Amino acid sequence: MNRKLIISPSPHVKGTDSVPSIMYGVVFSLLPALGIAIYFFGISALIVTLTAIGACVIFEFLIQKYLIKGKVTIFNGSAIITGLLLAFNVPSSIPIWMIIVGSLVAIGIGKMSFGGLGANPFNPALVGRVFMLISFPVNMTSFPANRFAQIDGFSGATPLSIAKGALKSGEPMSDIFDKVGNSLNHFVGNMEGSLGEISALFILLGGLYMLYRGIITWHIPVSIFLTVFIFAGSMHLINPEQYMPAMFHILTGGLFLGAIYMATDMVTSPMSTKAMLIYGVGIGALTMIIRTWGAYPEGISFAILIMNAFVPLMNRYIKPKRFGEEVKNG
Amino acid sequence: MLKTFKVGGIHPPENKLSAGAVVETLPLPEMVIIPVSQHIGAPAQIMVQKGDAVKVGTIIAKQTGFVSANIHSSVSGIVQKIEETFDTSGYRRKAIVINVDGDQWEDSIDQTTTLKTDIELSTSEIIQRISELGIVGLGGATFPTHVKLSIPSGKTAEILIINAVECEPYLTADHRLMLESPDEIMVGTTILMNALGVKKAVIGIEKNKPDAIAKLTETAKKYQGISVVPLKVKYPQGAEKQLIKAIFDREIPSGKLPIEVGAVVQNVGTAFAVYEAIQKNKPLIERIVTVTGKSVSKPSNFKVRIGTPVQKLIDHIGGLPKDTAKVVNGGPMMGKALRDLNVPVTKGTSGILILNKKLASRKEYVTCIRCGRCVTVCPMGLEPFLLMTHGELQMWGDAEKNHVMDCIECGSCSFTCPAHRPLLDYIRHGKSNVGKIMRNRK
Repeated sequence: MNRKLIISPSPHVKGTDSVPSIMYGVVFSLLPALGIAIYFFGISALIVTLTAIGACVIFEFLIQKYLIKGKVTIFNGSAIITGLLLAFNVPSSIPIWMIIVGSLVAIGIGKMSFGGLGANPFNPALVGRVFMLISFPVNMTSFPANRFAQIDGFSGATPLSIAKGALKSGEPMSDIFDKVGNSLNHFVGNMEGSLGEISALFILLGGLYMLYRGIITWHIPVSIFLTVFIFAGSMHLINPEQYMPAMFHILTGGLFLGAIYMATDMVTSPMSTKAMLIYGVGIGALTMIIRTWGAYPEGISFAILIMNAFVPLMNRYIKPKRFGEEVKNG
Repeated sequence: MLKTFKVGGIHPPENKLSAGAVVETLPLPEMVIIPVSQHIGAPAQIMVQKGDAVKVGTIIAKQTGFVSANIHSSVSGIVQKIEETFDTSGYRRKAIVINVDGDQWEDSIDQTTTLKTDIELSTSEIIQRISELGIVGLGGATFPTHVKLSIPSGKTAEILIINAVECEPYLTADHRLMLESPDEIMVGTTILMNALGVKKAVIGIEKNKPDAIAKLTETAKKYQGISVVPLKVKYPQGAEKQLIKAIFDREIPSGKLPIEVGAVVQNVGTAFAVYEAIQKNKPLIERIVTVTGKSVSKPSNFKVRIGTPVQKLIDHIGGLPKDTAKVVNGGPMMGKALRDLNVPVTKGTSGILILNKKLASRKEYVTCIRCGRCVTVCPMGLEPFLLMTHGELQMWGDAEKNHVMDCIECGSCSFTCPAHRPLLDYIRHGKSNVGKIMRNRK
């Protein structure tokens, strides 16, 4: 009997995860946050999101098929994530053509110009977002009134920018608190902001799902949160009249979306846990520096992009601890 | 908290299908093929000629040099020919083919199964006997046991670790042995302790074998200095370095042997073979082999004479299942795929695993998405994604600098990679090239 047998080197078994299973896992985990965005901002949130997803997938297809003339990989789900996250980072009132331009920049410049998935140094959605922020500053920073807006006379500004303006003009802290709303509202997402970043609660749920699936590890989000907490907390302790409290900084300005989704992007974050912690601390510190002393009220997008630039360097010089490297026997 | 090693590791599906199957003795084959290189080290020198009559236990090939092992006939009969055949790794090796005739054993071998606990031999006699009777490590690496027991001058052994982890999925040979011969294992362990001059032996067993843990813990009470440590289930805990870390909390430095940290590791099957060698004067002529797979109707454990063609085991379970695509010698993580089924069972064959098309086929691989999972699971703290790139681009200098030689080839990286990248294939390529360069440098 001479049956043909397959020969290959070990291992002969394989884990169940694949690139698409990871990508669609991320998409699935973002659905609660999308739901709450539609609940707060209405159908326009859904339209913006679907437009961004469609544009990203189509641009990726066109570039792969006609420009690179290579393999089309739009079904691996990564373009869908870029679209989703880009939409989550813009106001729901953004004109449709702007989000399409943003998608082109995100996919074309942010991702495909470097060679596609796996080769891009910067988070594509953030590249698109920052491009839009600089190109369309008015549309990107005026936010529609949340349908449950409880802050009279204020619509169009996020709690962070309200606080920043008010602190600059020397308003007393108690008045500022009345204007920005309380932490509970911030936590569930009852505030102005980009359409997907508002609800810390629902983003956290998605994050816990990704942790459970092993898509992300705790290192990057936790190190960002801790750094922001310590940074903002100590500033507030030193001068409670001039700096907002730590919980305010953690729950506003898209920190949850940034820390759990944007910073943990596999392609643009470091490989080893030691480097992940340093990367997280860097993002947290840069975010707070930009928020406190920079021109923009929100800083996490820039912080992540800046730290993205250091990732190749970190991968090169911060190595995981080898087995038997440090011998402490007996 | 159960003990385990700290860095890396994975949890492949265990699939211990044959854990409940009592060890059956496989009927004698009509002929056996006994390769002269079944161990790590120099091939043994052939002592017989075509037409010679041999008995069970007759020495047919003699060790050449210190790191080598004697080989004995596993059957009685006539030497039919000496030829080159493929071994389980796919290499051509010299082998002695013996036609089986009856089952006559050498008179010196005690064939009774009564337990003999008194150890009469001295340390040097024990090592001498182990060497004469061709005992090698039965965990799969087949390192000659007498070499491991000869401690280099300037070093002392503090602890004997018995490897009963069996962390490879599917395999159950060690598990069954522990359930069926606990006293023999304890006496074998005591003999090994005497040979090493250590007072303490620890048997490491993963928590997924609670019956074996219970049985050996109970049996160990009757013996001095032997304890059983349950371990958390994690692959590759059966790797020597990881096991020492888990039990003894010491790390072997890169490129060094366990004795560097005062430990000697022996497989539980080896402990049993040592018992038979010292107490019954029986050479290593048979071993337990698991025959298993998802499509196998009755996954089994067999006691098999060395040299029995793999085909015989397959025939005994009713032939290959229809959907068979790959047959592996050993476990799914580190075993070797067989190119044909006429290769013999050797001293290192712990299992025959039959995989169907779905399990056996590799998926097409895509670009690395830099998820870092290979780094997380590497038990040696290496960066497999980087070492693969070095392999692809033939950057041997960088591969060496990034410690490619530390890789233990456990396959955790390839198992985990969501992009299905063949990380270990390229790392092996790197290891063989870097190894060559390093040897030439000396």
